[in-house]
Amino acid sequence: MSELLEITGLCKHFGGLRAVNEVSFTVGTGEILGLIGPNGAGKSTLFNLINGVLRPSAGRVRFSGTDITGWAPYRVVRLGLARTHQIVRPLNDMTVLENCTVGACFGSQALGLGPARRVADEVLELVGLADRRHQLAAGLTIAGKKRLEVARALSARPKLLLFDEVLAGLNPTEVGRMIEVFRAIRAQGIAIVMIEHLMQAIMNLSDRVVVLNFGGKIAEGRPHEVATDPTVVEAYLGDPNIAARLAEPPGGAESPGREPPGREPQVQEQGAAP
Amino acid sequence: MSPKKPFFWLLVAVIAVFLLPVVTRDVGLRESLLLAAIYIILATNLNLMIGFTGYVNFGNIVFFGLGGYIGLYLVTAAGFPVALAATVAGLGVGAIALVFGLGILRLRGAYFALATIGIAEAVNAFVSNFGPWGGATGLYLSFEAYRPLGGPREALWTVYLLLVAVMGLSLFLGYAVKTSRFGLGLFAIREDEAAAAVLGVNTPLYKAAAYSLSGVLPAVAGALFFFKQGVIQPDQAFDLTLSTEAIVMLMLGGQGTVTGAALGAFLYEQFRGILLTSPVFSSFQLVIAGALLLVTVLFLPGGLMGWLYHRWPRLRRVLE
Repeated sequence: MSELLEITGLCKHFGGLRAVNEVSFTVGTGEILGLIGPNGAGKSTLFNLINGVLRPSAGRVRFSGTDITGWAPYRVVRLGLARTHQIVRPLNDMTVLENCTVGACFGSQALGLGPARRVADEVLELVGLADRRHQLAAGLTIAGKKRLEVARALSARPKLLLFDEVLAGLNPTEVGRMIEVFRAIRAQGIAIVMIEHLMQAIMNLSDRVVVLNFGGKIAEGRPHEVATDPTVVEAYLGDPNIAARLAEPPGGAESPGREPPGREPQVQEQGAAP
Repeated sequence: MSPKKPFFWLLVAVIAVFLLPVVTRDVGLRESLLLAAIYIILATNLNLMIGFTGYVNFGNIVFFGLGGYIGLYLVTAAGFPVALAATVAGLGVGAIALVFGLGILRLRGAYFALATIGIAEAVNAFVSNFGPWGGATGLYLSFEAYRPLGGPREALWTVYLLLVAVMGLSLFLGYAVKTSRFGLGLFAIREDEAAAAVLGVNTPLYKAAAYSLSGVLPAVAGALFFFKQGVIQPDQAFDLTLSTEAIVMLMLGGQGTVTGAALGAFLYEQFRGILLTSPVFSSFQLVIAGALLLVTVLFLPGGLMGWLYHRWPRLRRVLE
């Protein structure tokens, strides 16, 4: 696997607070990397450093063979690195289609309006918002707005997507449908880094998992390795039994094609138990 | 980008109305419509900033005044024909606005609005003390300047026609921007600037380009208007009242829509005419404009066009 994203020694200090401290990892082409850790561990800050919303205090970000450290966000997305926001940011007074057209127009292919609308239509079909394309974005439900975030990022025709808690706040049915969308995206060869508290999704979708705590990387590895790591259990998962049960699904946790057993325990606060 | 039919026919109809005094040779109607044309030019260009980009420019009159000064100076000092002087004024002001814009557009919301007032006042102070432009006494045209246009009487008609053309261009510019990729980027900035940047919009450049573009045609109009007046002085050229009135027109008609900006400007001009000639209200004209703005913002936040779109949602897709 060739490395698509390469982060080395990334730091962000806000005064005395080390929000992100010496974090390094890589993401390969078409890979899905799970990024987990307790609230305030620095996950979203890390995304902001990668896509240029924040400028790192130290460290480098390389994407697709180019050093993009400190680039403005609009340049980063043109290179093929798109993202969603944890707190949805729809362009409210524009239609769903227009929202995605913006993504396609100013994304990696810099399309004109006509082709951009076609891409937007395709993407809306994929995420299941096609029937709402002429509705104003402000009128969508929260699940709809999450879909719109994904669709808009996807409209940029990226090589890598940063998903910031796309599944948080969705009900179990919606989570299931969104996971299908993730699989469809992966099938197109697009790599994903996803911040998620929903362990069910992390265990099922991720090729690898990186765990952050207090701004630093405390573990990295295959999902089941990470889930049994004592440091991770102590810092994040909490209950060693849950971790143990997550780590031994019948048939192996790393096969991403399998649906989880119906009563899969979930280590997250949204209460999305199926 | 072929113009959608309703907008195209509306444009033709508006210009036809404005050509009416040319046919009837009615000077009174011409003067009334000339003011309406200037208001439409100011409002539709201001719309590029307020309506499309979401940045409130209180000092938009600075483009008009600066255009007037550059135009009159080129006519008096360099002997330019008025059309050429106005064109140069437009391009010059556009270039100056680009430089200003790259600076003050780092500010947002109320801070940006304050900076635009600051710019208007600073330019006013500069021009008031600028020798070549006559300082506080301003620039005056001699009657000689009108000779190439067939004397003062004919020149007024020519200037009127040119202003109607600039008005038509302003309407078309608004429409062209609204239906373009550039316009889509501006709308994204208006809705959420940070999200727009994350989606790939080069926000600093787009904002500065919108600010600059919104200055070109008002500057051309300023050059034409003050050529017609034959005199320009700092306090008339940089009158913040007119700046504020342009905002009232835009809010009244419906910011973000080309038709609304034009409609608001036209109605406001008519309304203002009635108030100014009424013995009761003539000194309260601005008070009533202020009240009008409040009522609009409170009860018709989308302006007249917003209300129409709400009544007939399909209109949103037909009429820009």
